[in-house]
Amino acid sequence: MARRTFNAIGSTADIAFLLLCYFLMTTTMGDQSGLQRRLPPIPDEKTAQDQKVNRRNIIIVRINSADKLFAGSEAMDISLLKDKIKEFLTNPTNDPNLPEKEEKEIEGKTYKVSKGVISLQNDRGTSYQAYIAVQNELVKAVNELRDEFSRANFGKKFSRLSEEEQDIVKKAVPQNISEAEPKDTGKKK
Amino acid sequence: MSKFGSSSNKKEVPQASSNSLSDIVFMLLFFFMVTTQMRETENKVKVVMPEASEVAKLERKDLSANINIGSPTLQYQAKFGTDARIQLNDSFKTVADIRDFIAAERDAMSEAERSLMTVNLRVDQDVRMGIVSDVKQELRRCSALKIMYAARKPAKD
Repeated sequence: MARRTFNAIGSTADIAFLLLCYFLMTTTMGDQSGLQRRLPPIPDEKTAQDQKVNRRNIIIVRINSADKLFAGSEAMDISLLKDKIKEFLTNPTNDPNLPEKEEKEIEGKTYKVSKGVISLQNDRGTSYQAYIAVQNELVKAVNELRDEFSRANFGKKFSRLSEEEQDIVKKAVPQNISEAEPKDTGKKK
Repeated sequence: MSKFGSSSNKKEVPQASSNSLSDIVFMLLFFFMVTTQMRETENKVKVVMPEASEVAKLERKDLSANINIGSPTLQYQAKFGTDARIQLNDSFKTVADIRDFIAAERDAMSEAERSLMTVNLRVDQDVRMGIVSDVKQELRRCSALKIMYAARKPAKD
């Protein structure tokens, strides 16, 4: 009798092994991570004319078909892009050529919110890898600014703030990245 | 009494270890069941995701629709060539088919959750932006505006 129960337990292990193998073969590890974005809606026929954005409030980041990067008007290496964007968004010296700031009331307090918009343009021949690398730098610049803002106002890192505080920071340091309508900036093949 | 007597006389190796074996295997099984997800579709295009350090996790996996873009894998290259192609569900499709695909994905979701749908763009790093721009424009036309560029975290060094 004792021998029999041992056999039964042994077979449960086998069955569990079979199930385990089945799950190992048919499933994948969840690797769903990435950069989240919101596309602009298609403009209506009536409101087709762009709302005018002041020239100083916009920085054009362009990647051409040879994966060369231009920020504003100058060619730039990707490692310098983050600092350029941070300078653009904060405008520490109140330079008249950099974006203006707007006093905005968020949850009872007033903050200076930059009106800067980053316009990202690419060519049809740009490689996806370069495009994502640039997107990543832009997100990194905004994330670092949010971190600095949270440290100054709440004394904590952005990721450690409560949800309501994070919302305040998100409103005070908006991530205004516009992915422009595709344009052929380079020559066509 | 007789049971005790017989076992002490024969000095058998205790077999109790196989008891815990099944527990351990079950624990492994549950671990894999929880951490993995079913592979719904077979990959027909090669997708090596680009690296990005600022990635965020997709919160609701069940609310995402996958669009794969890349060059066909070896077994399909004879038929479809090596140019970048779009894979929706299980087959190669063109940009024009995205509208139907998004509509079908929307239908599968409950009404309240439709606005939360995220389109997960899984694009190979060597693909040119032309095809990605076409897909993005088509998604805008279908007003599926929440998108995610799938990327992986770079390995820490």
